[in-house]
Amino acid sequence: MNPTPILEVDDIHVYYGNIHALKGVSLTINKGEIVTLIGANGAGKTTTLNAISGLVPSREGQVRLRGETISGVASHLIVGRGIVQVPEGRRMFARLTVEENLRMGGYTLTRAADVQAGIDRAFEMFPRLKERRTQVAGTLSGGEQQMLAIGRALMAGPEVLLLDEPSMGLAPVLVDFVFDTISRLHAEGTTILLVEQNARMALQIADRGYVIETGMIVLSDLAANLRENDTVRKAYLGIV
Amino acid sequence: MTVTSAGMPATGTAPSATGSAPAMPVSFQRRVIRTGLLGAVIALYLCMVGIVPIFNARPLVQGVISLGQAALFLSLFATGFVATRRVAESSSRLIADGAIAGGLSGVALSALVLVGSMVDVRAFMPNASPVLYGILTFNLGTVGFWIPMALGAVLGGLAGAVGLASPRLRRSLFVGLISLFALGLFAGLIRTPMLALPVDELARLLFASDGLTLIGAVVVLVLSVGLHHLQRTRRLDRQFAALPPSQRRRIQIPLIALAAVFVLVLPQGLGSFFAQVIAIVALYVMMGLGLNITLGLAGLLDLGFVAFFAVGAYTVGLLTSTAEFGIAQWPFWAAVPVAVIVAMVFGAFLGLPILSIRGDYLAIATMGFGEIIRILAGSDLMKPLLGGPRGIINIPKPIEVPPDSLLAGPNQIYYIALIGAALIAFVAWRLRASRLGRAWIAIREDEDVAEAIGINLIQTKILAYMLGAAFAGLGGAVFAALVGSIFASSIQLMVSINVASLIIVGGMGSIPGVIVGAIFLIGLPELFREFSEYRFLFYGIALIAMMQLRPEGLLPSRIVRREFQHGGGDEPPESSTSPLAL
Repeated sequence: MNPTPILEVDDIHVYYGNIHALKGVSLTINKGEIVTLIGANGAGKTTTLNAISGLVPSREGQVRLRGETISGVASHLIVGRGIVQVPEGRRMFARLTVEENLRMGGYTLTRAADVQAGIDRAFEMFPRLKERRTQVAGTLSGGEQQMLAIGRALMAGPEVLLLDEPSMGLAPVLVDFVFDTISRLHAEGTTILLVEQNARMALQIADRGYVIETGMIVLSDLAANLRENDTVRKAYLGIV
Repeated sequence: MTVTSAGMPATGTAPSATGSAPAMPVSFQRRVIRTGLLGAVIALYLCMVGIVPIFNARPLVQGVISLGQAALFLSLFATGFVATRRVAESSSRLIADGAIAGGLSGVALSALVLVGSMVDVRAFMPNASPVLYGILTFNLGTVGFWIPMALGAVLGGLAGAVGLASPRLRRSLFVGLISLFALGLFAGLIRTPMLALPVDELARLLFASDGLTLIGAVVVLVLSVGLHHLQRTRRLDRQFAALPPSQRRRIQIPLIALAAVFVLVLPQGLGSFFAQVIAIVALYVMMGLGLNITLGLAGLLDLGFVAFFAVGAYTVGLLTSTAEFGIAQWPFWAAVPVAVIVAMVFGAFLGLPILSIRGDYLAIATMGFGEIIRILAGSDLMKPLLGGPRGIINIPKPIEVPPDSLLAGPNQIYYIALIGAALIAFVAWRLRASRLGRAWIAIREDEDVAEAIGINLIQTKILAYMLGAAFAGLGGAVFAALVGSIFASSIQLMVSINVASLIIVGGMGSIPGVIVGAIFLIGLPELFREFSEYRFLFYGIALIAMMQLRPEGLLPSRIVRREFQHGGGDEPPESSTSPLAL
C-alpha cells in the first residue's frame, strides 16, 4: 500500500515572544493513520497541535493539508477544512448541557440535518452521553467529559483529529476506555494525531510515532520500533 | 412546646432544628443580646441618617402610621424575629428572648432621646432633632423617653410569638405585611386610575391621597393573610408546569392577551408624572435588552454603554432640533435609523481596539470609552457642534398631537419605547436561537474552545458590540425625544451602571429579567423621588441583598440558573435519576 500523506508539517518555527518554542518541527501523517507525538512537559507537543490548527501563528515553515498550504489560514476556517483539535483538559462548555455542547461542535455545519446526524452519531458512539443528554456538562465525570470532548470534535466531521492528552487525569479504567475509543475512530477511518504523556499506551495503538524534545523532533519511527528503542524505553517508558 | 416538630411540612422559611441553642443556653443568651445590640445599631442608623424623620412625612396608613414609623417598627420587630429564629425553645422563653432583643434596640433609642434632651448633638448629627424625638416618643417629648424601650420589647416579644405559629401561618402573616407595605407605598399609583373608572368610591374608601386609609389597611391585611392561609393547593406555577402543553396554552394565551391590554392602557389615566416614570422604565428595558446581547449572550461586560446612548441622542438632536445646533430639522422617524447606524459604527470602532481584552480589563476599557464620549460632548472642542454644556434643545416630539390626545406628552414616548423594546426583545430572542447567538454563547462560556470549534472570534465580537450599540443608540434617540433636549450632563456613567445593574438584578441573559430589573431599579426610585437622597443607599442594600439571597437574579435564564444551582438536568425529576447530578 502506498501511503498518501494527508497532513504535512514542514519545518515550522513558533515563538512566544522571545521564546523559540518550536525549532523546526516536521511531521507527516498519512491517511487513516494514528500518529503519536510523545515528549516531556514543555517539549512543544501542544504548541505543535496549536500551530497545525492555527491557534498560534508559526513564523516559518508550512502546514499542508492534502497538499494545500493552511499555515496563515485563520483557525476558524481550518476547522471547516477538516482539522479539529480536542483541547487539553477536555474544556467543556461547563454550563451547557451535553446536547448543547455537541451542537456547538457542529458550529461549522450549515445544515440542521447535518447537525442532527452528527448528534445521533455521537450518541451512537457514546450511549452514555445519550443518557446524560440534558445534563450540564460541568457535572459529568472526567471520563464522560472526555467522551463529550471527542464527540464534540467529531461533530464538525474532521478528516484529521488532533487529540491533546486525552488520558490526562483519568482513572486507569477510563484511560483504557479512551484508548479503545481512539482505536474505534481509527477503525472507522479517521486520521489521528495523538499527543500523549502516557507513551506506553500511545505507542501501543499508534502506527508511527515522533519524539519531541525542547521544540525539536529527535526521533521518528514505526511505533513498534519506538517501543523497542533504548532511549524511548529509558526516557518515556520508564524501563531500565 | 417546641417550635419545630417533625410533622411540619418543610417549607422555605420553616426553622430547622439545627440551632445549637438548646444544648448551650449560655451562647443562646449571648446570641439574643448580640442580635439586640445589632438591632440597636440599625435602629439608630435609621434615625441618624434621617430616614425616619424624612419618611415620616409619607403616611403608610393615613393618620395611623407613617412610613418612617413603620420602618422603625419593622427594625425592632425584625430584631426580635432574628433573635428567636432557628431555635427550639419554650413559648415563654421565645417571647422573653424576643422582648429582650427588641427591648435592647429600644433602649438605644430611649437613650438617644434622653441624651438629646440634655445635650444638643445637632452640631454633628443634624438629624438628632426634636422632630425625631417627637416621632420616637409619639410627641410626648422627654417625658416619653420610655416609649421606644417599651415599644421595642412589645414588638420583639410579638416577633418571638410569631415563631410559635405554624410555618404556614407565619408565611401568611408575612405576605400580609408585605402586601400592606406594597399597597401603602403605591397607593397613589393604584388610586389615580381607579378614580377615573367607575370604582372611584372604592378607591376613596381604601386609599387616601397618600397611603392607605384605616379601612383599606384592615381590608388588605385580612384579605391577603386570609387568601394566603386558605390556599391549600400547591404553588400555582408548579401546578401550571404539570399541565399538558395544550391546556397550558389555553391558559397562556388569554393571560398574554390580558397582559398586552394592560400594558397598552397602562399610561392612560395615570397622569403625566406616572406616565413619565413608566416611559423611563420602558426606555431602560430597551437599553437593558440591548446590553443583554453584549453582556448576557456574548459575556462582554460593556460599561461604556452610555457612549452609544449619547451617540444616538446627539444624532437625533442634531438632525431634528429646531434650535441653534440643529442641522437638518428632520422628522424624528427619519433621524432614528441614522442614529442607530451611527451608534453601530461607534460600536465597531470601540470593539476593534479591545478585541483581545477580557474580563475586568474589558469593563475598565469600555468605561473609559464612555467617559471619553461624555467629556468630549461637554468640551469646548465640540462646543460649536454639540453646544457643550448648553446642549441641544427644542428636539420635537415624534408625533405632534393635541395636548388632550391619547398620545400626548410622555405617553407617546412610552408607546415608542414599548415598540422599541418589543422589537429588541424579538431580535434578541431570534438571535439567541440563531447560529450567531450560539457563537456568542460559546465565546461567553470559553473563548479558546469557541475558536477551536471554528468560530470567528473577531467577527462575532464586533457584531456583539455593534448590536448592543445599536440598541443603546435607539435608547438614546428615544431619550432625546422624551426629554426634548440633550446635554452633556445627561451622559452619566450612572446610565451604564444602571443598565448593567438591572441586568444583574433581573437575571443575566433573560428577557423577562430585564423588565423586572428595570421596574425595580429604575421605576421604584423614580416613584420615591422625595427620598432621592437615599437612592444609592437602597441601591446598595438591594444589590447586596440580591447577591446574598438570589445571586442568579430575579428571573434568570436557564443557563445562569443552572450555574448557580449546579443543577443536574433541566427538569428536576430527570436529574433525580442521574447519580451524578449534585
